[in-house]
Amino acid sequence: MKKCTRCDNKPATLHITDIQDGVVEALHLCQSCAEEYFESAEQAPNIEEPVAFADKLPEIPDIEVDSEHANLICPNCGISFAEFRSKGRLGCPHDYISFEEELLPLLENIHGGTQHVGKYPKRAPDASRKQFELIRLRNELNLAVEDEDYEEAARLRDTIKNISQNAGEDEQVSETET
Amino acid sequence: MDLESLTNTSGEWLRANGPESDIVISCRVRLARNLAQFPFPNKASDSVLDEIETCLHDTISKSTIGKPLSYFKVNDLDELDRQFLVERQLISREHSQGLGSRSVSVSEEENISLMVNEEDHLRIQVLHSGFALKDCWNEIDQLDDAIEEHVTYAFSEKFGYLTSCPTNVGTGIRVSVMLHLPALVITKEIQKVFQALQKINLAVRGLYGEGSQAMGDFYQISNQSTLGESEEKIINNIEEVVPRIIEYERRARVALLEENKQNLHDQISRAYGILQNAQTISSEETMHLLSSVRMGINLGLIDDLKIPTVNELFIHTQPAHLQKIQKEKLDTGERNTSRAAYLRKRLNNGTDHSQN
Ligand SMILES: [Zn+2]
Ligand SMILES: [Zn+2]
Repeated sequence: MKKCTRCDNKPATLHITDIQDGVVEALHLCQSCAEEYFESAEQAPNIEEPVAFADKLPEIPDIEVDSEHANLICPNCGISFAEFRSKGRLGCPHDYISFEEELLPLLENIHGGTQHVGKYPKRAPDASRKQFELIRLRNELNLAVEDEDYEEAARLRDTIKNISQNAGEDEQVSETET
Repeated sequence: MDLESLTNTSGEWLRANGPESDIVISCRVRLARNLAQFPFPNKASDSVLDEIETCLHDTISKSTIGKPLSYFKVNDLDELDRQFLVERQLISREHSQGLGSRSVSVSEEENISLMVNEEDHLRIQVLHSGFALKDCWNEIDQLDDAIEEHVTYAFSEKFGYLTSCPTNVGTGIRVSVMLHLPALVITKEIQKVFQALQKINLAVRGLYGEGSQAMGDFYQISNQSTLGESEEKIINNIEEVVPRIIEYERRARVALLEENKQNLHDQISRAYGILQNAQTISSEETMHLLSSVRMGINLGLIDDLKIPTVNELFIHTQPAHLQKIQKEKLDTGERNTSRAAYLRKRLNNGTDHSQN
C-alpha cells in the first residue's frame, strides 16, 4: 500500500489528479490529509478544463533503482530501465521480458497480482519472436536514418518487408489448418 | 458525421435512459491493446506511428463492428476541434495533446470510440447511459475479438496484454462509473464513501480529476488494478459496490428533505433562477448550479425541466462547445457571456421538449 504523499506516514486512501493552472499533479492522500485537501479545494480558482473521464491511474510507485539495473537496456527498442523509470512508459512489448526481474516488484505493488487472469487473444502469440525481431529492426532503421546511413537503411527496410510478408503468410497457413 | 452537426446533439450516454440514471450518469469500459510487432507509441518514430495508424485504420475498417464509424485524424484537427472531442468524452486529453499520427473512430451514437496511438496503439472505449456495465463489457469484448481477427496483439501468458504503462498491463481494462452525489457532498458523508471504496481497492476521483464539490458533485469510481483478476471479477467488484453508494445517496437526499425541505427547495430554485437569468457565468458556477438543479428534478422540486437536458447542458456549456456553437473563437469573458446567453435560451422556452 502506497503512503500518503503529504504526511508520508499513513496509507494513501484517495488518489487524485490535481490540475492547477495547467500543472498536473498526482496526489495520494490519507484520510486526514484528504479532508484538509477538500477544505482548501473549495476555494480553488476557476479552471476551464474540459469535463473528461480521468484515465490517469495509479502512479508508478517509487522504488529505488540501483545503477546496475538502471543501465539495463532492451535489445529491441533500445530503452533503458532508467529511461522507463523517468518517463513511466515502456518502449516495447519485449520490455516485459528484458526488465522482468525489475518490473515484478513494481507490478506486485501496483496490482497485488503478478500473473494474468482473464481474457486471452484467440490467436496465440506464437509468432512473438518474429514480432520482437521486427521491433529491433525498426529501431535499427531509425538509427540508420539518423546517421544518414541510407544503404544500411535500405537494407533494413527490405529485411523488415520480407519478415512482415512471411509473418503474413504464416498466419494464413495456420488459419487454413485450423 | 461532422463535428459541426454534433453541436446540436448529444451522445446516447447523456440521455439518462439507462438503469439508475438519476444518480449514475454513465458507465464506461476501456481496453488497452498493442500490436506485437511495433514499439509503443512513445518510442516510435513519426514514420512508425504512421505505419501503426494506417495498419489499425485498415483493421478497424475491415472488422465487423456492426455499426458505422466516423473517422477523425486527430493530428489534422485544430486545437478547438480536439478539445471539443475531449469534452464529448470521445478522446482523452492525452490523445488530444499527443504528437504524431493519431486518430479516433466514433460510432454514430457516440457509444464507441477507438483511439489509435494514444499511450497505447489502440484504446477501445464503450460508454453507456446509467448503470449498465455488463452491456459495456459484452459490447467491448466483441469489438476486441473482431479487431483481433486481423492483428496480433502483444500478449504474454504471464503478464497478459502488454501495455506501455505497467499500470494497465494484464487485462488492460479500466471500468468506470460516473456518479452524481450532491446529497452526500452536502451532508459531508462523501468521505465515508471514499473510505469504503479504498478498502476494496477502487479509485474515486472528481469529474475534472480532482474531488472538489465546486465542480458539480460528480465522482468517478474505477478499478485500480488490472493484473491478477479477470475482467468479470473486476466488473463484479464495481457492480457490487455501486448500488450501495446509490442507496446511500438516496437516503441522504431523503434526510435532507426531512430536515429542511423549504431550505433545500429554496436553494434549488435559486440555482435554477440564476441559470435562467444570468448575463455572465463561469463554467465552474454553471456546473455547480446545474448539479443543484439536477438533484431538484430528481426530488420533484423542479418539474418543467428534464434530466437529459441538464446532462446535455453540462457538456454544451464547456468552452469548446460554446465556441463551436457560436462559430467563433471566444476569450474567457466572452465565453462567460455566451454561456449565460446559451443557458437562458435553453432554459426559458417554457416546456422542455427534449427526448425522453
Ligand atoms: Zn497524510
Ligand atoms: Zn523494448
